[in-house]
Amino acid sequence: MRTFSKTLGCAVLALAAMASRASSQDLTGAGSTFVNPIMTKWIYDYRQATGISINYQAVGSGAGISNLIDGTIDFAGSDAPMTAEQKGRAKGDVIHLPDVIGPVAISYNIPGIGTGLGFSGPILADIFLGKIKYWDDPQIVARNPGKNLPHEQIFVVHRSDGSGTTAIFTDYLSKVSPEWKSKVGSATTVSWPTGLGGKGSAGVAAILQQHPFSIGYVEFAYVEENKIPYAAMDDGTGNYVYPSAESAMQAAQSSTIAEDLCTMITAAPKGYPISGMSWLIVYKKSLKAPELRKFLKYVLTTGQKDTKALWYASIPPEIVSRELKLIDSIE
Amino acid sequence: MPSEAAVIEAVPAAPPKSRRWETRRNIGDKVYKWILTVAAVSVLLIIAGTIYELTMGSRQSIAAFGLRFFSDSNWDPGRHLFGALPFILGTLYSSFWALVLALPIGLFTAIFLSEMAPRWLERPVSFMVELLAAIPSVVYGLWGLFVLQPFLVKYFEGPIANGPLAALPIFGGTANGYDMLSASVILAIMVLPYITAVSRDILRAIPRTVREASYALGATSWETIKGVVLPYARAGIIGAVMLGFGRALGETMAVTMVIGNAPIFKTDLFSSGYTLASVIANELAEASGLYRSALIEIGLCLFLITLVVNAAAKLLIYYTAQDLNATGGKK
Repeated sequence: MRTFSKTLGCAVLALAAMASRASSQDLTGAGSTFVNPIMTKWIYDYRQATGISINYQAVGSGAGISNLIDGTIDFAGSDAPMTAEQKGRAKGDVIHLPDVIGPVAISYNIPGIGTGLGFSGPILADIFLGKIKYWDDPQIVARNPGKNLPHEQIFVVHRSDGSGTTAIFTDYLSKVSPEWKSKVGSATTVSWPTGLGGKGSAGVAAILQQHPFSIGYVEFAYVEENKIPYAAMDDGTGNYVYPSAESAMQAAQSSTIAEDLCTMITAAPKGYPISGMSWLIVYKKSLKAPELRKFLKYVLTTGQKDTKALWYASIPPEIVSRELKLIDSIE
Repeated sequence: MPSEAAVIEAVPAAPPKSRRWETRRNIGDKVYKWILTVAAVSVLLIIAGTIYELTMGSRQSIAAFGLRFFSDSNWDPGRHLFGALPFILGTLYSSFWALVLALPIGLFTAIFLSEMAPRWLERPVSFMVELLAAIPSVVYGLWGLFVLQPFLVKYFEGPIANGPLAALPIFGGTANGYDMLSASVILAIMVLPYITAVSRDILRAIPRTVREASYALGATSWETIKGVVLPYARAGIIGAVMLGFGRALGETMAVTMVIGNAPIFKTDLFSSGYTLASVIANELAEASGLYRSALIEIGLCLFLITLVVNAAAKLLIYYTAQDLNATGGKK
């Protein structure tokens, strides 16, 4: 009996020690599912290097921001910046730090036609508005000479769940098409004029693969990993650009990034026009400031090397240097 | 039993033997009763807590839209316009068709199992039917997406959409398989075990003498089932159907994967739709503020519909039983 209570006592002490260690050093984050693959790698590597564990829950950007506002986590991952209303409810000033850039690919399934159909922004908007109904529409044919486009109805597929990918895609369409902007607008979920919804990028990719004559948008990783054809986008000057780590980074470099780093880099002057940054959001005043500074710096320096293998683009160096200054201001 | 000694010591003076025994038994009974009461009351508390949380969570949305929330069919998160009508109708409509499909099969199976099946067949069929209830709904969803949906398009929707039946108001639309029909068929399969198993148990519970009386009067097996067994079991069968209906209303995952997730309601079975449970599953993760509140109100709405359906079922069972007693008395 005595040995038992001794063991129990030791166990309790050990637990208490673990708990206190957890509260002093470890960080908790939550949010975007889009960054989850690379976040998992960062967290693993960071623990190998420093022994500090970080807990990230991929619950969705909106939920991550809610948790940050409630003060239950140390950092949020989000594919969209916080709105003014959200900032108003927050417990203090926040800073937004872009951690990766993600291209959104336009993918389609037309038997006999592989990667490389060319689209312009307005054509894409008209397809998703339901105004261009057939694959052999003169506007599409004019941009793709030599491609044998069939007279088949276009089957539009979008995301049914709220997502940062949808926010980036609809933000792009709003910039290139006034009609899209007035009729639909941009958000993580919008009221789609046509087409049907698949759950998650995996759901959209599944529908695209099963249905001939479909078109949809998915994160770049999905077209690469599933080997499904994707389009080149007109960057607004007549150049066709394919989604890639380089072209997405170029979009960020050619955009004018605002002081608070909360800029949507869609329809950039150069590079792949349907790209978006994902942000880590933290409070300017944090009880765990030293730990946060260290981890955020790791993400923006060593961590950036992991982006390409996981189909993201890295943050351009000039933005990284601005972020490092902001990180130093966390206290 | 150490507690025995403790209890006896606790009795102050030395009362007569029989009374001492009484007191001990009373304490045991009291403790028992107390535990049961706590268990029962906790159920009430959980339900009250759910209603409270749902109402508090949807306060913002109730204040913004009032009753219009239930009659408006515009769901546009980008513009902060939320109307739940397409989801309410989609939920009721898909569940209705699920019952239309599942009721005859379920009831006939139950009659077969309880009245006619030889023992060697009854056991395995019963087991298989119950096994249907044990399959996780996401598995049904995947099966629906990769097996049922292509099958329906090829052998049912395609031929009908291109044939004379397309003129009917329930068949039209684009026969792509992400629609009400796929959702209803999946739901029918999912509620089938509930309807079958409960109906079978009810039929079995009918006293043997009732059937024997009917046979003694010279009735055939068909006449006995139609004229005696089914009327006798009517109230219970209605209960089984309502249980299935309640199950269909709240089903989420499988429906989300095949219904197409378009917030519009059409009576056409080949059109995409949306249900209350699906929209919550799809959009809650990225929602915040008013949007989140509207989704919680959708949850409240689903809760109320389930409540109304259950209450209706109770009333129906009550009146059927009354009716049966009345006619039974006359005969």
